[in-house]
Amino acid sequence: MVIRGNNRLVDAFIYVFLAFVAFMSLAPILNTLAISLSSKVAVSAGQVTFWPVDPNLFAYKQVLQDRSFFVSFGVSVKRVLLGGGLNFLLTVLMAYPLSRTSKQFPMRNGYMWFIIFTMLFSGGLVPWYMTINKLGLMDTIWALVLPPAVPVFNVILLMNFFRGIPKELDEAANIDGAGPWKILWTIYVPVSLPALASVTLFSIVGHWNSFFDGMILMNHKQNWPLQTYIQQLLVSVTSIMNTTDPEEIKRLTNLSGQLLNAAKVIISMLPIAVIYPFLQRFFIHGIVLGSVKE
Amino acid sequence: MFNRSFVKYYHLMLLPGILLLILFSIVPMFGVTIAFEDFMPTKGIFRSEWVGLDNFNYMFSLPDSRQVFVNTIAIAVMKIVAGLAVPFVFSLLLHEAANAKFKRTVQTIVYLPHFLSWVILSGVIINFLSLEGIVNRLIEWFGGNPVMFLQSNHWFRVVLVTTDVWKEFGWGTIIFLAALTGINPSLYEAAAIDGANRFQRLRFVTVPGMVATIVLLATLSFGNVLNAGFDQIFNLYNPIVYQSGDIIDTYVYRAGLLEAQYGLSTAVGLFKSVISFVLIAASYGLATRFANYRIF
Repeated sequence: MVIRGNNRLVDAFIYVFLAFVAFMSLAPILNTLAISLSSKVAVSAGQVTFWPVDPNLFAYKQVLQDRSFFVSFGVSVKRVLLGGGLNFLLTVLMAYPLSRTSKQFPMRNGYMWFIIFTMLFSGGLVPWYMTINKLGLMDTIWALVLPPAVPVFNVILLMNFFRGIPKELDEAANIDGAGPWKILWTIYVPVSLPALASVTLFSIVGHWNSFFDGMILMNHKQNWPLQTYIQQLLVSVTSIMNTTDPEEIKRLTNLSGQLLNAAKVIISMLPIAVIYPFLQRFFIHGIVLGSVKE
Repeated sequence: MFNRSFVKYYHLMLLPGILLLILFSIVPMFGVTIAFEDFMPTKGIFRSEWVGLDNFNYMFSLPDSRQVFVNTIAIAVMKIVAGLAVPFVFSLLLHEAANAKFKRTVQTIVYLPHFLSWVILSGVIINFLSLEGIVNRLIEWFGGNPVMFLQSNHWFRVVLVTTDVWKEFGWGTIIFLAALTGINPSLYEAAAIDGANRFQRLRFVTVPGMVATIVLLATLSFGNVLNAGFDQIFNLYNPIVYQSGDIIDTYVYRAGLLEAQYGLSTAVGLFKSVISFVLIAASYGLATRFANYRIF
């Protein structure tokens, strides 16, 4: 039984407030969407709010002709497939042995402390960069895929999920003669699909969104993933702006083509927007799954 | 169930992941020796001159790096406080909304920014806060003077905290909503029968039921006191706001990869890593002792 307040006014206030906050969450994004669909004149006059002024697809047509945008889009897709696949494989392979008790697997705690240590401590940026450089990975897709290949946080989430699976399943499979390899792939993986979906989506979003590794590890433009491309295009212009003169700022921002950038920002959001409904369902499941244990 | 023959499979399954962690996490840790050297790329780690703590002394003598530490802690603490308070209040309000469909729609919308990268969101924010942008036109409409939010040391931290809350508050409500559903409904019934009104139920049932969660989250966030958010600041700042917005991570990047001050950059990074490590270990220790919290 749920008890509700009988004060209609308070209820109305709560609903209006929640709706307002939800709108504010989308407002900046809607603004950029409206800019991308408006005319250049309207944008530079600052007439665009949340609805396109003189709606047209000019910016999107321009972006479609920009080859380097699609080259970078391709790099991103490639890193998501390779990196996400590798993350999935290693997460499953590591979570299973670590989900054993230290009686079943005596070295378990040693491995556990090791991976926790790698999560908590790091050598810092310069040594990390030099290691990748020395390994000859610069300007290859592997520089984006191998260093983050073991998502320790996901391993721990999945490990905790595996621990909740009834031991009777294990024992039954064991009596039927199944070894660890078979138990993992025919029992643990199929019964953990929701958890696997959530950790996989975590790593897909992580790979899609990361720009920094692309920026420092890829010297050639054609190897940039999409986020790095966008970063260089629109943010690096503002980050070198050493001026508070409004006219100068206007000149620099116009140089970068506000309208085109808005269209590029919107297009690069699309993949996330497409998988968002799935994200919604699984992520929430996923974040609660590791955190609540009795 | 203990099967000795299984153990070798367990080692085998862990092998590829452990090798990759050694290669990309452990090997770079040895690179921190650069912090104690006058590092020359041509000479390499082993033949560069050993200078002891010179890099650290230099770091503490630089006015820049002192400002950077102050900025980092100030920004991170403001983000931690706002990042706990806003989702808490929002989840209480969301919990009061009876219409499940409305509630779900609001949740779907407020979670969205969490999944977008800071590169994309910076693009969006730069439009939103520019001189011709919507915020400044609103200010003008109310009769104020336009503000250059991203070029003002007065406003930059406010922008950082606000936009961080904007991106993450929805996501932050998840854990509070989970705690809210964990409160025993019979407590509300009992309170209602005793004549408690809505506000009193909130004050005497809901809030006490949430205290444990808040304390736990606050404790765990100690580990983030030196993480002011590289991605966000890197994509929003410029030299004018270094004074209020430059943080350890952005400083390490510029010193190490742009200005080739390898020793200094590594020293600053190591200083941060060590302090963070201690803070995280301490906060997990506290959380384990007082809230029975375990990550594994």
